[in-house]
Amino acid sequence: MQKFDKLTGVAAPMPMINIDTDMIIPKQHLKTIKRTGLGKALFDEMRFNADGSEKPEFVLNQPAYRKAQVIVAGANFGCGSSREHAPWALLDFGIRCVIAPSFADIFHSNCFKNGILPIALPQEICDRLMDDARKGSNATLLIDLEKQEITRPDGEVIKFQIDAFKRHCLLEGLDDIGLTLEKGADVDSYEAKQKSSQPWLPMAP
Amino acid sequence: MSKPRTLFDKIWANHLVHTQDDGTCLIYIDRHLVHEVTSPQAFEGLRMTKRVVRRPDLTIAVADHNVPTTDRSKGIADPESRTQIETLESNVKEFGVPYFAMDDIRQGIVHIIGPEQGMTLPGMTIVCGDSHTSTHGAFGALAFGIGTSEVEHVLATQTLIQKPAKNMRITVDGVLPRGVTAKDIVLAIIGRIGTAGGTGHVVEFAGPVIRGLSMEGRMTVCNMTIEAGARAGLIAPDETTFAYAKGRPHAPKAGQWEAALNFWRTLPSDPGASYDKEVTIDAATLVPHVTWGTSPQDVAPITGRVPDPAREGDANKRASLERSLAYMGLTPGTPFTELRIDKVFIGSCTNGRIEDLRAAAALAHGRKVASHVQALVVPGSGLVKEQAEQEGLDKIFLAAGFEWREPGCSMCLAMNADRLEPGERCGSTSNRNFEGRQGRGGRTHLMSPEMAAASAIAGTIADPRAIS
Repeated sequence: MQKFDKLTGVAAPMPMINIDTDMIIPKQHLKTIKRTGLGKALFDEMRFNADGSEKPEFVLNQPAYRKAQVIVAGANFGCGSSREHAPWALLDFGIRCVIAPSFADIFHSNCFKNGILPIALPQEICDRLMDDARKGSNATLLIDLEKQEITRPDGEVIKFQIDAFKRHCLLEGLDDIGLTLEKGADVDSYEAKQKSSQPWLPMAP
Repeated sequence: MSKPRTLFDKIWANHLVHTQDDGTCLIYIDRHLVHEVTSPQAFEGLRMTKRVVRRPDLTIAVADHNVPTTDRSKGIADPESRTQIETLESNVKEFGVPYFAMDDIRQGIVHIIGPEQGMTLPGMTIVCGDSHTSTHGAFGALAFGIGTSEVEHVLATQTLIQKPAKNMRITVDGVLPRGVTAKDIVLAIIGRIGTAGGTGHVVEFAGPVIRGLSMEGRMTVCNMTIEAGARAGLIAPDETTFAYAKGRPHAPKAGQWEAALNFWRTLPSDPGASYDKEVTIDAATLVPHVTWGTSPQDVAPITGRVPDPAREGDANKRASLERSLAYMGLTPGTPFTELRIDKVFIGSCTNGRIEDLRAAAALAHGRKVASHVQALVVPGSGLVKEQAEQEGLDKIFLAAGFEWREPGCSMCLAMNADRLEPGERCGSTSNRNFEGRQGRGGRTHLMSPEMAAASAIAGTIADPRAIS
C-alpha cells in the first residue's frame, strides 16, 4: 500500500451530501478484474455525457481542478455499495484525501486499505475548507498526517482526529494481511477452541 | 452479576482472537460469501503473495451480479461480464473454494442462498464483499459488507481487523396495520433516522412487530439496514429462526442440533443491556411507503405528494432536494399515485424470496399488467424459482403479462442486460434509488412487492391496499 505522510494539493469542492459509491464509480465499470486504470471512470455519469464528452460544469473538468488531490464534500460521503472500486478510482485519478463532515463506514474503512486519508471534521470547519477549495488552484491545502493538521491557504492550522492504529498503518504503508499472519498462533488456538464448542460450523463439501 | 450484554456484544466477544492495547480487535469470521464482482482482485492478491485460502470449508462462492436472467444455455453475451464469471470459476478451482455454478439449481443471489442452504446460522460472523450482507443479521448473526482488500484478508486469514461498533436498538411496537409489509417498516425507519442515522452502529431490531415477522420479512428489514448507514442489522434468534434453519443442508445435524439450540438460546440481549442510541416506532402509524428521490431516505407514505423544495429551510438539503427532483423528473405537489411508470422490477436480495413472490402473485392473479409497462419477476435463487413454479406462481405472473426470469441480481444494479433507459421510471422492490443505479438516467421508486405488482397493473405508482 502507498504510504501517506504529507500532501500539498488543490482541493476540489463538492458541496453535495450523500455522495454515494454508485456516483463515484457506476456499475458498468465494476466488470474489471483489475484494481488499476479506474480513474477515467471516476464520477463517470456526473463527469461525462452519454457520448463520452466532458460536462464542462463538473468540478473535476474545470482547469483549476483537473489535478486535484483533495476533495472537500458534504456529509455521509461514500454511502451505499461496499465496492472498493470507489477508492481505487479516486486514487487512480490522483485523489489522496477526502474531507467531509462524515463518511459511510465501509467506504471509510476501504480508504485506509488504499493509502487514501478520509478526514472527518465538523460542518462549520468543512464549510471554511469548502470556501478555500472554491478558490481553485491558487489555494492549496497542506495535509500532515503525522501532526494531524491541515494548513489552510491563509496559514490557519486545523487539527483533526484519526484512529491511532489506522494512522500508523497509513504512515508506514503497512500490509494488514502480513500483520495478521504474524498472529497465526492466536488464530490456530481460536479455531481449536471453536472446533470443540461449535463443531457444526464447517461446511461438509 | 456481570454487566448485561447485547446480542452484538455477545457475538463480538465470542469471536475475539486478539485485542491490541488501543482496542483494535482481530475477530474470527465463520462464513465468507464470495461473488464475481468484488473478488477477482482479492484472489489476484493471494496469487501475487503466494498465499492460500485458509478455510475453504467456511467459504462459498457464487456468481450473481452479472448473470443473465434470460436463457443461459447460450452463455453470456457481454464479454466483460463473461470474463468476470470465468475468472471466478478459475479462481475457485485454483484455490479450492466451493462454488455454485450458473446451471446449479442452488445458484442465486448470495444473500438468498446463504440462508436457504443453512449456511447462515445464529451467533455467526458472516462477511461478503457486498454491503447487503446485513441481510443475514435476521438470524442473529453479525453480518456485514467489506471491501475487496478485506475479502483478501479473510480469504488469507479467516479474520478481520475491526473496532467494535456502537449498539443501537430500534423497537417497533404495537400492531402492524393490514397491508403494511416488512419493506414498509424498513423504509419508514430509514425515512425517520436518515441514511446516516445508523453510521458507526450495529442496529438491533426489536419489539413485537419484528418478532411477529417471518424470516423472509426479517431479512428484508436487515437487508436495508445499510441504507440507514449501519453496516449490520440484528434480530434476536427465536423459535421462528430455529424452525427456518432446521433441516437445511448446512444446518447442524441431529446429534448437534440440540447443542446448537442451547447455544443459540443464550444469544439474545440480556434484560437491562444498554444501547448507545434507541429509537421507538409505533407500528400503528405505518402505511405503505414509496421513495420519491435519489436516496433511500427520500421516502413517504403512498398517500403523499412530491415534496416542495421551497419549504425546506436548510440550504444544503434544499439543493439536494432540487437536484433529486430534477433527476427524477418530478413536479412538487404531484400525488405519487399519479406518477406513470415504464417498468417494474420484482426481485433482489431485498425482496426476491418466496414470500415476496407469493405476495406479488396474489395481487397479479387474474389481472393484467398495463400495456405500457414492462414488468420483470426475477426469483432470488434457483430454488426460489423452483418452489414458485411448484406453487404455480410463474403461471399467474405470465398470465398477467409479467416476465418470469432466471435468478440473479438483475435490475437491482443493472450490471447484466436488465436495466432502465434514460428517463424511464421504475417501481422496484430493490434497495437503492441512487442516480443511475438501475441504468444511466433511470428513475427508481423503491417499494414493496405488493406495491410493485399493484403499480404494474395500474400503470402508475399504486396503493396496493386499493386493489387487494
